[in-house]
Amino acid sequence: MTADIHLNAKRDTGSADPVSQPQAAPKLRVDDLSLYYGKFQALKNISMEIPERQVTAFIGPSGCGKSTLIRCFNRIHDLYEGIRTEGQILLDNHDIYDSGVDINLLRSRVGMVFQKPTPFPMTVFDNVAFGIKLYEKLSSREMEERVEWALRKAALWEEVKDKLKQSGQALSGGQQQRLCIARTIAVKPEVILLDEPTSALDPISTGYIEDLINELKRDYTIVIVTHNMQQAARISDVTAFMYLGNLIECGDTTQIFTQPRESRTEDYITGRYG
Amino acid sequence: MNTNVTPLYRRRKRINQLIMMLCQLATVIGFVFLFAILFTLVTKGLSAISPSIFIERTRMSGGGLGNAIWGTFLMTCVATVLGTIVGVAAGTWLAEYGGKGVMAKVIRFINDILLSAPSIIVGLFIYAVVVVPMGSFSGWAGVLSLTVIIVPVVIRSTEDMLRLIPNSLREAAAALGAHRWWIIVRVCYSGARAGILTGILLGFARISGETAPLLFTSLNSNQWNFFDLGSEMANLPMTIYQNMTINAFIPDLVALAWGGALILTVAILILNIAARYFSRQRS
Repeated sequence: MTADIHLNAKRDTGSADPVSQPQAAPKLRVDDLSLYYGKFQALKNISMEIPERQVTAFIGPSGCGKSTLIRCFNRIHDLYEGIRTEGQILLDNHDIYDSGVDINLLRSRVGMVFQKPTPFPMTVFDNVAFGIKLYEKLSSREMEERVEWALRKAALWEEVKDKLKQSGQALSGGQQQRLCIARTIAVKPEVILLDEPTSALDPISTGYIEDLINELKRDYTIVIVTHNMQQAARISDVTAFMYLGNLIECGDTTQIFTQPRESRTEDYITGRYG
Repeated sequence: MNTNVTPLYRRRKRINQLIMMLCQLATVIGFVFLFAILFTLVTKGLSAISPSIFIERTRMSGGGLGNAIWGTFLMTCVATVLGTIVGVAAGTWLAEYGGKGVMAKVIRFINDILLSAPSIIVGLFIYAVVVVPMGSFSGWAGVLSLTVIIVPVVIRSTEDMLRLIPNSLREAAAALGAHRWWIIVRVCYSGARAGILTGILLGFARISGETAPLLFTSLNSNQWNFFDLGSEMANLPMTIYQNMTINAFIPDLVALAWGGALILTVAILILNIAARYFSRQRS
């Protein structure tokens, strides 16, 4: 925790300023969403908006449904059986659960980075090129440029430019996670979902990734799940607090952390439970 | 050092030593047999090894084992190719699509039975469904029976290796918008490649020494038969068997049989070492 506080001090200037922040249009709108794992209801009638080109953080104790919720945004739940949803999620005003939606196209628009770094068992270059090849036919020259662009964007280029032909799994944990971010950016999504992206990383790698998130929000809508409240305070514009499958409170990050409307939010952020 | 040695701790330590000794004893017994086999093969077989054993065909006296080595090699290779195609496809289905469904459970169960089925039963089966209707022994019948033996080996190793690929990788690939088959081909196979290859090599080693399934199928021959899988095909295990039994009165042929046994054992040893090497590269 001490390291986090240190990073907090170092990066505070970069976080959101509620006064100068214009009210952005919602990129995603969640409308009365419920989700069931078999008979167990994991999400209970959630409604909220995710503003475009801002960072929205989800906080809450383990098992509260934050990961379950953001895994709805790219329908990754569809990989598994026995999961049922009700309600709507609108991406640019179109319901992503609509029957006509091409799920793979949806996922190319809504990228995701997971808690554990997941480099594919192939070279660094091929890791980044993997997603691009799915949707674009680039010449090898263009592909090299795009891979470099993505790796630069993920602040990894300088460290791996001589290791592009090495296995992605040989990189350090922090580098692997930035490789996964590069891979996600490379397909040029509109929304990036980050599911506890730094919980497996050391404070220095965490710092890199937080800086990166600050950079990326200029171009992308970012949704992040985090267990680390300082992190949410540092990097997000909007914070949502979830508890036992309910969305308790969602609002401007500064307001949530200084004047929460709900007593449960206050209890959580002051460490009384969770 | 911990000075508070309790009686319980002392007892555990004694049991530990006892079990260790039993394990070492078991290892020694295993090694004794292994080295006895290798020693016998080398002493009796080495004298028969010469270039002519690979070049000349089997004859009633003298000659070599060239046609038998080639026949075994060819039938084993063709069976491995067929077995790989079927086995990898089936193993992939079991690991990636079948899951916990009834169909997958039934197939897995049958495959386990097939894995431990006596190979003579496999030979008898091919004899009944291929050799008898076709009216002749053939290389193809031999290939088919060897395929039936290698398929379950490949299915099992393919499924096991694909199951070792963490689901998080499949999720990550799906999150980029990849179709399921593409995830399997590009992500899962490249992670499981070394393991699947190891399984195929071990299967290859296993069927290269099979005798019983060839007894009723490819039979044997003392002629060169390079590619005509439609007729009888010479093979090493059967030649060893015949030379040691019905031809045991001809010293030349017995010596050749020992030489053949040595060649077969060394080939299988090399294949196993290669399989080890590949599986180590994975980790």
